Amino acid sequence: MFDVNKVRSDFPILGTTVYGKPLVYADNAASTQKPQQVIDSITELYSNHYANIHRGVHHLSQKSTALYEAARETVKNFINARQVEEIVFVRGTTEGVNLVASSYLEPRLEPGDEILISEMEHHSNIIPWQLTAERTGAFLKIIPLLENGDLDLSALPDLINSKVKLVAVTHMSNSLGTINDVSRIIEQAHAFDIPVLIDGAQSIAHMPIDVQKLDCDFFVFSGHKIYGPTGIGALYAKENHLLNMEPYQGGGDMILNVSFEKTEYNDIPYKFEAGTPNIEGTIGMAAALKYVSELGIEAIDEYEQELLAYAAKQFSQIEGLKIIGTAPKKGSIISFVLDGIHPHDVGTIMDMEGVAVRTGHHCTQPVMDCYNIPATTRVSLSFYNTVDEVDQIAKAITKVKELMG
Amino acid sequence: MSELRELYQEVILDHNKNPRNFKKLDLHSHHANGHNPLCGDKLELFLDVVEGIITDISFVGSGCAISTSSASLMTQFLKGKSIEETRHYFDNFHDLVTGKELDDEALEGLGKLAVFAGVQEFPARVKCASLSWHTLINALDSVDEPAATE
Ligand SMILES: Cc1ncc(COP(=O)(O)O)c(C=O)c1O
Repeated sequence: MFDVNKVRSDFPILGTTVYGKPLVYADNAASTQKPQQVIDSITELYSNHYANIHRGVHHLSQKSTALYEAARETVKNFINARQVEEIVFVRGTTEGVNLVASSYLEPRLEPGDEILISEMEHHSNIIPWQLTAERTGAFLKIIPLLENGDLDLSALPDLINSKVKLVAVTHMSNSLGTINDVSRIIEQAHAFDIPVLIDGAQSIAHMPIDVQKLDCDFFVFSGHKIYGPTGIGALYAKENHLLNMEPYQGGGDMILNVSFEKTEYNDIPYKFEAGTPNIEGTIGMAAALKYVSELGIEAIDEYEQELLAYAAKQFSQIEGLKIIGTAPKKGSIISFVLDGIHPHDVGTIMDMEGVAVRTGHHCTQPVMDCYNIPATTRVSLSFYNTVDEVDQIAKAITKVKELMG
Repeated sequence: MSELRELYQEVILDHNKNPRNFKKLDLHSHHANGHNPLCGDKLELFLDVVEGIITDISFVGSGCAISTSSASLMTQFLKGKSIEETRHYFDNFHDLVTGKELDDEALEGLGKLAVFAGVQEFPARVKCASLSWHTLINALDSVDEPAATE
């Protein structure tokens, strides 16, 4: 049995109150809270081991470097990459996508080429491709969304052809909760030798990830969505892609030899990590991944699925509430609209009840357009949420209805 | 809950459910679009100004209760007012929702709009209350870009 009370005691913020009410934190798809283990890892680094990495012969620099490289090993193991060289530290999912767009895709694009994405993408998996397309004369093609929040994968054979130079799709939708059958997408793309990028920003915290089994070419995620710090994330890329990619940014650490005539770039993955990196973020993210591994991602998944089913059942009983996104395979996210009440008002009133939810378009405007709504209220649950909290959320929604009449 | 009651007063709920002057004006001298990208609120404002006086004003769009009722009450309030007064009311309304000190005369001058004083307790909602007013200023300045709420 998953011991949620024990887990909750690891997260200091979960014991706090908002407007005199116990905090119910249900905005985990936006960002997750941090366990003491992560907080301590950063304090420990700054208190005892901190210096710049890869540069000093002195003791502390070596210590910091070792911790930083150990974090790379942790990430590699967490997503089951073949080797540490395939892990590039980035600021987050957004930077990971931008890196692939600039360093991998853009040099390979010709006018008329296509980039295939989906209608449910987060803006950060749309705009980088759009910018690249604008610069090269390529086009975006879109895998359409079905009414229930699934992607219409039956459209794939019509969309995938040799003009497509990359497919980029999200593993799990942040606004609908849908878990996509990315294996099927990858298989069909690979049949045409097209590489596939998986946006793992949401999936990373909710299900086991095995990049070798998925056989994706690129996988990106953010530390802050899996109980780690902000400003850090990782890009996984198959070695042979990294070896054939242009540098991303220029600066220290990404070079072997510099003269004004010619620069020799560093080996992968350092070639893509210019400048002093987010050392404490990297170490904090590794602590978070270890924390999640110790709880067990399968156990987390199972608990969250139970919570999701319970929440869906409770919310469906509220009159006038419509759940947006009802795909059969979902992560623990419930987006909804209330008859005649704008999500922004819902969010404010729920906040006064101590319930933190997100309202708005969740950086997925095309999804909102597809459902013809301006916004939703989104409840996104984590393994530290409880059945009691789901009841409190349902109660807060009822209060919204009372107040708004 | 008392802050919430302050925010969602009867007048506001009423104007949200039944917004006044909610239509397009075929005949108008000024027009502007307002958009709050944060929550997706959109509104379109129409004004007919004759010799410096707002003789007719209306809006259409979709938004939260605060932004809809604010637009509705604003249109009621401004009908018959001069452009010059209007800019002055904009300043006072802005001070009201951001919690700046208003003297009694200024507060009285805002009439029914004083119900939006509750917004000052909710900084995240100030933009909702002021969207229609920013759009108004844009319409008067005849800026064709959608009004931002910054
Ligand atoms: C599906 C998805 N992709 C990408 C992102 C962007 O992540 P970040 O802002 O951490 O770069 C998010 C975060 O909101 C997301 O939910």
